Amino acid sequence: MITLHWLYTLAGAMFAAFALLSAIDRSNPKRFGNAAFWGLMALSLLAGDYIGNFGNGLLVLGLAGLAGFGFIGRSHPRTTTEPERERWSERLGNRLFLPALIIPATALIGTLIYNYTPVGSFGWIEPKRETYMFLAVGVLLALATIFAWLRPPAIAPLQEGRRLIDAIGWAAVLPQMLAALGVLFAAAGVGEIIGYATQSVIPAGSVFLTVVVFGIGMALFTMIMGNAFAAFPVMAAAIGVPLLVRLYGGDPAVVGAVGMLAGFCGTLMTPMAANFNIVPAALLELKNQYGVIKAQIPTAIPLLIANILILYFGAFM
Amino acid sequence: MNYWPLLGIALVVLGFALRLNPMLVVTAAAIATGLLAGMDPVAVISIFGKAFNDNRIIAIVWVVLPVIGLLERHGLQQQAARVIRRLRRATTGRLLVLYLLYRQVTAAIGLHSTAGHPQTVRPLVAPMALAAAEKEHGPLDEETSERVKAMSAGTDNVGLFFGEDIFFAIGSIVLIQQTLVTYGYSLAPLELALWAIPSAIVAFLIHGTRLLLLDRSLARRAPSTSFAGPPPRSGEEPS
Repeated sequence: MITLHWLYTLAGAMFAAFALLSAIDRSNPKRFGNAAFWGLMALSLLAGDYIGNFGNGLLVLGLAGLAGFGFIGRSHPRTTTEPERERWSERLGNRLFLPALIIPATALIGTLIYNYTPVGSFGWIEPKRETYMFLAVGVLLALATIFAWLRPPAIAPLQEGRRLIDAIGWAAVLPQMLAALGVLFAAAGVGEIIGYATQSVIPAGSVFLTVVVFGIGMALFTMIMGNAFAAFPVMAAAIGVPLLVRLYGGDPAVVGAVGMLAGFCGTLMTPMAANFNIVPAALLELKNQYGVIKAQIPTAIPLLIANILILYFGAFM
Repeated sequence: MNYWPLLGIALVVLGFALRLNPMLVVTAAAIATGLLAGMDPVAVISIFGKAFNDNRIIAIVWVVLPVIGLLERHGLQQQAARVIRRLRRATTGRLLVLYLLYRQVTAAIGLHSTAGHPQTVRPLVAPMALAAAEKEHGPLDEETSERVKAMSAGTDNVGLFFGEDIFFAIGSIVLIQQTLVTYGYSLAPLELALWAIPSAIVAFLIHGTRLLLLDRSLARRAPSTSFAGPPPRSGEEPS
């Protein structure tokens, strides 16, 4: 069976290549810092299951130290210039989109075929992970197409990939760090404390105000934890089930579904949700690392209010 | 109850507010939270390491970078901009509304991993949105182009978050179901997914309105260079 480990190996090999190319890039004064950083990522992906929990912990401390104390710098591998790119685009035209569309198309068609035809019943792929597999297959197909068509230098995909990953920098690793922080928060009992504190601010007897506290609590706790998944079980235990469903007789389907979506409004407003809010700021080379959050807040707040109203009218009317 | 672990949260908030390096902030908060909860240092580092290792799936999406980089090398962003310049009725707002709809609909049928910031926003959506703004309003100052790029990324997020829960086999629906089952409420995933639809519609209306208003505020920003044709190659700076 094709498991996630195949993908970890693929990604690990790529990061290992980034590390090697970083080490020999004399134009980057911080080349060894970059090499160490991407090398640790490669080690994590290739050997994370063999170095033990404490070993992984030290690896993470290494990543944080390298990034936090300024040991990594942005490299500038040789690529084409702006006028060269204009000429390429003039020459190739809309055919340029085809390789870019191979990735989503493969992921889409692959996932559909795997789930809705008998192909899936053979169990070739680790359950629930098929989209990731087809994403990787799409990447390999796109690379093959580009090589057959445009014949770039053999090292070009790795150098161009390194150009992008260095533009993103440590933000590429931050989402994984935040997921790990969430686990530690949970282990330290932060959830129970928050649940207890929220319960204590609820005015007795008012269904509407309880819904408001539940919705805002979901959003705020999601902002702290960086994702609504960590917030939901806590808020459900503190308010959702005992008060909204049991005491006031609300519809559990609405409380659950819309409560989660109130949490998603929080996700739009927090740097803790790094893969949605910080990584794109790096990817798009924004000057303000909170630029994406700033752009989302005016959507998130009215949407949170709307979700609270939907929850109230949906569950109790 | 031991309230000390909350100090970890305070550290995170403070660190982000002071714009310290987030990697350091997160690590410091993680270690502080564990120690304040009474764990020994080796256990804290081990839990942190295991959780990092368990979440490696997050790193897999970066395998698209070599393809995106190669295509950028051959002028993909320039071509995306060229296409938009040719479409007479394309504006930044209308383009992003279309992308919002596309993202919500594909996420709603379970295809949430087919688009995203590295796969679609950086190579296609953001360059197209920028080109549409330049076509309508002439060259953009840095602040404006930052805003257009940030809105492109934000549109991807809003579309994803308020589309994916309509698909009943997604993680968050499973989590809601599993959580409620422990309290004796057994719900069908479809029942939960249906209740994601009203919020999805409201999200489309709110964010879509903001996107169309963006067109207006772009027009206000550069009134002197507003015209229907393509931008001059060596245009003056917008006022």
